[in-house]
Amino acid sequence: MQPDSLTFIFLNAFLINNFVLAMFLGICPFLGVSGKIKTAWNMGLAVIFVMLVSSMCAYGINAILVKYDLEFLRLISYIAVIASAVQLVEMTIKKFSPALFRTLGIFLPLITTNCAILGLALFQTNRSYDFLQCLAFSVGAGAGFTLALVLMAGLREKLELADVPDVSMGAALSLMLGGMLSLAFMGFAGLGG
Amino acid sequence: MVKDPRLPDPLSWQTFTTGLWKENPVFVMLLGLCPTLAVTNSAINALSMGLATTFVLVCSGVLVSLLRKVIPKQVRIASYIIIIATFVTMADYAIQAISLDIYKALGAFIQLIVVNCIILGRAEAYASKNPVSNAFINALGMGVGFTFALLCLGMVREVLGMGSLFGVHLFGPAFQPWAVFVLPPGGFFVLAFWLWLFAVARKRTARAQPATKEVADAA
Repeated sequence: MQPDSLTFIFLNAFLINNFVLAMFLGICPFLGVSGKIKTAWNMGLAVIFVMLVSSMCAYGINAILVKYDLEFLRLISYIAVIASAVQLVEMTIKKFSPALFRTLGIFLPLITTNCAILGLALFQTNRSYDFLQCLAFSVGAGAGFTLALVLMAGLREKLELADVPDVSMGAALSLMLGGMLSLAFMGFAGLGG
Repeated sequence: MVKDPRLPDPLSWQTFTTGLWKENPVFVMLLGLCPTLAVTNSAINALSMGLATTFVLVCSGVLVSLLRKVIPKQVRIASYIIIIATFVTMADYAIQAISLDIYKALGAFIQLIVVNCIILGRAEAYASKNPVSNAFINALGMGVGFTFALLCLGMVREVLGMGSLFGVHLFGPAFQPWAVFVLPPGGFFVLAFWLWLFAVARKRTARAQPATKEVADAA
């Protein structure tokens, strides 16, 4: 497979270099919203959408900034774009699915400070992807985020029933699980290479 | 402890030490975990990331505190983000100028300091309500606490994963590096280990001296 083909970019972001488990982007929602499979799935969908929108906007903005030699404004404008995209998603979800809006609650506006989204915009700029590659990259990254979140939620739902020593409850246990998931995902290294 | 929320905290040694220990951003508040896990595969990376974050934390804390009466309440988060992004851009260019190796090792994570929740959290919860001197000391404490946490992880991971510390080899050539610790899963495991250690320590102190603690709380 060509390293710059769309399939490879998608697979790379989805499995091989999974945003959460291999690149440590978006750890906060990974630990915070992974209590229930249903919430995790909805959160994942919202993140995929925000990623798509902000990736497209970031592509356009980067082209303008490069043209006028204003690269030092990149970070500030990306953040502004992401904040507006999140606002857009919030309004859309509120209009079309008030139930989902209530389920996601505070985590919806917090997508703004999800480093997976800014990371996506920065990586696509660093690797100078063209427009289609950006789309494949953002869908792959979003799907990878959702996959990691749903897997983690599944593990944690089972773990509710397990008998765990109380000093290792909470964050330490979640991180241990994350480490094992990450170990499992290392098996994808070399896929498509 | 109940106090009038309108009054600023008095400036004391504690303003500095809360960030270091009692409210350590990583080990106690679990904030800013992405850079904590991602760049701590060696001690030197951990140290530079900690210093860069401290710089942004202190500068944005001071500026937010200076402007706390100027910024309207409705647009405060957006203003804070812009302030933080400005300092991050400065730190980004500065690191690139000082050491290209470190810049390449840290990669996009320098720019991702913008979305580090510690910084926005400090700006919103402390700097926007307190005078400049307090904000400065508090941000410095938080920054040192964050750097300390990063070093805790980075040193363990580098020693186990590469058999060296700050690039100096500690063991003879017979040492077999435990490579998983410099790879992503190692980050999760080492942080889980530290959190577990702190939980055990806290439990032990709580059990050993309940009387002392009550006296300290009352004082």
